[in-house]
Amino acid sequence: MSLIWIKDLRVSFDGVQVLHGINLQVGKGESIGLVGESGCGKSVTWLAALGLLPQRAQISGSVTLEGRELVNASRGELEQVRGGRIAMIFQDPSSSLNPVQRVGKQLDESLRLHRGLSGATARAEAIRLLDLVGIPSAKTRIDLYPHEFSGGQCQRIMIAMALAGEPDLLIADEPTTALDATIQAQILDLLATIRHETGMAMVFISHDLGAVSAVCDRAAVMYAGRVVEQNHIGELFDNPRHPYTVGLFEAIPELQGPRRRLQPINGTVPNPRHLPRGCAFSPRCAHASDFCRSAQPALLQQPDGGQVACFHPVRDPRRTFSPASAELAA
Amino acid sequence: MSVLLQASGLCQQYTTGKTLFKHPTVVRAVDSIDLEIREGEIAGIVGESGSGKSTLGRMLLGIEPPYRGELTWRGAPMPAPGTPEWRRLRREMQLIFQDPLAALDRRMTIADQIGEPLEIHGLVPREAIRNRVSELMGKVGLRPDQAGRYPHELSGGQRQRVVIARALAMAPKFLVCDEPVSALDVSIQAQVVNLLYDLKLEEGLTMVFISHDLKVVRNLCDRVVVMYLGRIVEEGPADEIFANPRHPYTQALVSSVPSAGRGHAKRILLQGEPPNPASRPSGCAFHPRCHLADAACKAEAPALIRDSHRLAACLKLRAAPNQDQVREIHA
Repeated sequence: MSLIWIKDLRVSFDGVQVLHGINLQVGKGESIGLVGESGCGKSVTWLAALGLLPQRAQISGSVTLEGRELVNASRGELEQVRGGRIAMIFQDPSSSLNPVQRVGKQLDESLRLHRGLSGATARAEAIRLLDLVGIPSAKTRIDLYPHEFSGGQCQRIMIAMALAGEPDLLIADEPTTALDATIQAQILDLLATIRHETGMAMVFISHDLGAVSAVCDRAAVMYAGRVVEQNHIGELFDNPRHPYTVGLFEAIPELQGPRRRLQPINGTVPNPRHLPRGCAFSPRCAHASDFCRSAQPALLQQPDGGQVACFHPVRDPRRTFSPASAELAA
Repeated sequence: MSVLLQASGLCQQYTTGKTLFKHPTVVRAVDSIDLEIREGEIAGIVGESGSGKSTLGRMLLGIEPPYRGELTWRGAPMPAPGTPEWRRLRREMQLIFQDPLAALDRRMTIADQIGEPLEIHGLVPREAIRNRVSELMGKVGLRPDQAGRYPHELSGGQRQRVVIARALAMAPKFLVCDEPVSALDVSIQAQVVNLLYDLKLEEGLTMVFISHDLKVVRNLCDRVVVMYLGRIVEEGPADEIFANPRHPYTQALVSSVPSAGRGHAKRILLQGEPPNPASRPSGCAFHPRCHLADAACKAEAPALIRDSHRLAACLKLRAAPNQDQVREIHA
C-alpha cells in the first residue's frame, strides 16, 4: 500500500488553475523525484498536500496519508502530520531558520512538539541529530546562531530539524539548488545515507536531472500543472517517451561525450492564465498534430511500467532528436 | 590569436569588520592572477562562491581598479576609471549579469532601454536609433512587436535577451557574462547559451563566461580557468580540463556533478566547506580538503606550472602527474 496517495489534485489561485489533476503515489521508503521548469506546479503540489498554501488557493481532489484524508483536514490534524509524519525542507536554508534563536533551541522545539522530549534528553537528541547530519563538533556548536554556519551547514541543520520528528516522508524542495557543486554532492550523499538508515520515503523536487538521478528510484516529469511522464529513473532516462521529457534531456549539456551545440526547446512555458487548447506542450512540440491542439491526452499506464500523457509518444528519442547539426562546428 | 586583454599579478583586497573595538580584517578576494584573454575566444571562469570569479570579472572590465597588478588592453595599460579614455573604452566592453530583472529599468520599454546607450554615447544619429534597435532585437531573437513591452511583461529568457541586446548596442569587442543563465530554466538556458555562441561566431566577440555550471561551461567555452580562494588552480582547453582534470580540486569539482540518468559514478566527496577568504589556509589553500595533501602542501603555496598548453598549481603534480588517480575517476 502506498504511503501517500494524491488523487486528481487541483489547485487554483484567484480563478487561475495551476494544477490540473495530479495523480501520484509514494510508497513506503520510496524516493521519487519531481522534475520540471519553474511554474510547472511541482512545489505547489506538495504545499497543497500539506495545507501550506495561502487562504485564497482553492484546492480540490484528495491526498491521503495511509488512508487519512489531508485535503480540508482540520488544523489540529494537519499539525500532527506536518513535521511528525511528513517533513519538508526548502531551497534557502538561511531563510528557513530563525536568525535570532540558537540552533539548539530550534531543534529542541521540534523535539518537544513531535516527540515530547525536554531538558537533557532533548539536548542529547539534538546533538545526536547534528552529528548524524555531519555538523563537526556538534556538542560545542549547538549553541551557535544560524549565521555562524555556512550555507551547506545550514541545510544540514534543516535536515536535522526535519529528522527530529522521525518522519515517514521527507519532502525536499530544491534542497541543493543554492549550494556550491562540491557541497551539493555532500548533501545528496547525506540524503541518500539517511534514507538508507531510517528507511524514510522522500520526494525530491528539483530541476536538476542529475541530482534527481543521484537520489531517486523513480521520477515524475511535470509540465504546466500536469504530470506528463513517470517512470523508474533508468527507464525514464534511457527511453523517454514524452517529447517534453526528451526536449528537457536534450537541452541539458553533458560533462561527457563530444562538445555539442545545446538543443533548446523552442518557445516558452505557457502562462497559466492563457493555457493553449489541448495538450499544453503542443505549441512547442515538433510532433504535435491537429488532434493534440484540441484534445488533452490522459496519463496512461505503459507496458514498461511507466506512465505517459501523449498522443504521439517518441519511439526512438536518440535518433529523432539528435540532428547532425547538433555537433559543434569546429 | 592576438591577446586582447592581459592581466598580470592582479590582486584585489577588501577591508572588513572595522569597528571601534575590532581590528579590521583584510580579505584577499583575488590573489596574483596572471591571465590572457585572446581575441575571439570564450574563456570560462569556474569556481565555488567566494572563489573571486566575479571580482576578477569586474577587474578585467576595469570597473574595479585592482589593489595591485596590471591590466593591459590591446597592449596598452588600462586607463584610470573616470578618465575620458576609460569612458571611451566602456563602449568596447560590456557586462551581463545573472538577474536580468534587476539589470533592467522596469519603467522603460525595452526598445528605449536598448536604445539608451546609443543615445548616451551619441554614436548613431537620433533618427537612426529606432532602426538600430530593431536590428539588435532581431539579432537576439526578440520579435518586433515586443519593442513596446515593459520588462515585467517578458519571460526570464526574453529579459536576458534584452540585456544582451543592450550590451551589443555599442558593438563591443569584449563581453563579461557573470552567471548569465543561472536564473533561467533549462530549456531557456540552452537558447541563451546558443545565442552567446552565435554572437561569438558572427560578431567575433571575445567573452569571459563566469559560471558555476560546469556543464554549460564545457559546452560553450574554448578555455577554462578554475579558481579556488582567489587563485587560479588550473587552466586549459575546455574539453581537456573536464575529460582529464589534473588538480585535485578540479577533479573533485568535475566528479561532484551528477549526470542525468546515472547520478554520481566514481566520485571524490570533499570534506569540509570552502574556506573563508578571510582566514586563508597556509601553503596551498586547498590542502585542508585535499586527499593528497601532506606537510609540504601545508607549508608551500604551489605556483602555476605550465605543461604543454595546460597550467596547474599543485605540488603533487610537479613531482609526478598522478595519472593512476586520473584514470580511476574516469574508469
